[in-house]
Amino acid sequence: MSELIEKAIRDAFPEAVLESKDVFGVLNIKIDVKALLGICEMLHAQHDFDYLADITAIDWKDRIEVVYQITALASNAKIALRVDLDGKKPVANSLTSVWKGANYQEREVFDLFGVEFTGHPDLRRILLPEDWEGYPLRKDYVIPD
Amino acid sequence: MSSRIRTDVLELNMGPQHPSTHGVLRLGLKIDGEVILECDPDVGYLHRGIEKLAELRTYIQFIPITDRLDYLASMLQNQAYIGAVEKLGRIEVPERAEWIRMIMVELQRVASHLVFFGAMGLDLGATTPFLYAFREREDILDIFEMVCGARLTYNYFRPGGVSRELPAGFYEKVRAYIKKQREKLWEYDDLLTDNQIFIARTRNVGYISGEDAVNYSMSGPSLRGSGVAYDVRRADPYSFYDKVKWDVVTRTEGDVQARFLCRCGEIRQSLNIVEQALDMIPEGELKCKTPPRLKLPEGEVYYHIESAKGDLGVYLVSDGTDKPYRLRWRAPSFINLGAMNQMSQNWKIADVVAILGSLDVVLGEVDR
Repeated sequence: MSELIEKAIRDAFPEAVLESKDVFGVLNIKIDVKALLGICEMLHAQHDFDYLADITAIDWKDRIEVVYQITALASNAKIALRVDLDGKKPVANSLTSVWKGANYQEREVFDLFGVEFTGHPDLRRILLPEDWEGYPLRKDYVIPD
Repeated sequence: MSSRIRTDVLELNMGPQHPSTHGVLRLGLKIDGEVILECDPDVGYLHRGIEKLAELRTYIQFIPITDRLDYLASMLQNQAYIGAVEKLGRIEVPERAEWIRMIMVELQRVASHLVFFGAMGLDLGATTPFLYAFREREDILDIFEMVCGARLTYNYFRPGGVSRELPAGFYEKVRAYIKKQREKLWEYDDLLTDNQIFIARTRNVGYISGEDAVNYSMSGPSLRGSGVAYDVRRADPYSFYDKVKWDVVTRTEGDVQARFLCRCGEIRQSLNIVEQALDMIPEGELKCKTPPRLKLPEGEVYYHIESAKGDLGVYLVSDGTDKPYRLRWRAPSFINLGAMNQMSQNWKIADVVAILGSLDVVLGEVDR
């Protein structure tokens, strides 16, 4: 199943797939951030990936990696898409047009990592107060006293 | 006459101090008269930065902090976190320990759904069911106290097992509880489930279609109330859920009543699971040997379980040290709340209380 999905992505977006690996049985594909929205639209429309389980980010100090866990509920197929973003000014396309569930999750990643999601209808802090400074889950964040 | 009355759109704050917001949640309502135009949940009042705290603590030190996430179902929070640690560390769990865990988490699910049942009635003005549900929940908390010394924050799971052996008299007490609870469930139905006022307040209210619920990444009974049979215990079986007989409870109506009935059905299913587990639990070890200062190999894992509120995911990244490099808590309550706006549009303020109640959010988990 996961080979078919990987092939479908490689066929439709030949330049976009940067690497792929297996993480405990789930196919993890690193893609070019420019192709993110296109690949997600394809997965949702053509391959029944109807459930965006999770969006999160990891600060690797030189870059910020955003990880999307996507499931097709009917077949229980799973895939994780990963994009590398600039560590200083991370920007990615919003997936709210594909999955409405991305709304809250992207707001959370914006709040805690400062990732800008272009096309998000309502991108503002969600867990922290609006006037909070800095992004606490970044590794260079200094915890205030 | 009425067409000449001019009305303005009004903004109304519901919460954060409001008896039915289940903790500190503020709903920013835009209303026209009493009709909801927009409902914007404002969360974060209880934010403690738990994901950041995880990076500053060792794997073992973080276990008691998971208890503080969904504090009405701490066993399940323990299970999700420890499950991720064990998967990444490839730690084997003795069979007896895994059965004990399953008994604990299913009792916990019942306890959590009992709180839901009581609070749902309370939100709609019925005080008595709340007292009934909490009376039976007390029995479960007594059992937990026997087992691990705490009533809410258990800290019972360990990588590779559980912290202590079951006390003498445990099995009898659990069996007696199951028998009693089953009898009482009929009483609950008489009081609340079949109550005409309750039905009038919940039927058709806060409808969301299965397709929309999936699109909003909803999970748990709130999703299954819309006819989507997605339960992590069935989809990605963990523990021993494939060795016991149980059904995924779904309803197709997609309204407040359907979500309510799903949870009522799950109480019965969980009791069945516990009963079977009591018969199947073997003697044996409680915990495999793990180093006191546990280090996990470099790598990452996304592990998820079905908590009382839904699909609870833990994403754990290790850099090979004794502390997580990154820990992400996919809180089902938080994500379910994302659909609140759509569900409450065009309903009245009093219905918002019912709709919010039917999502069964716990703010400790929403805000993290």
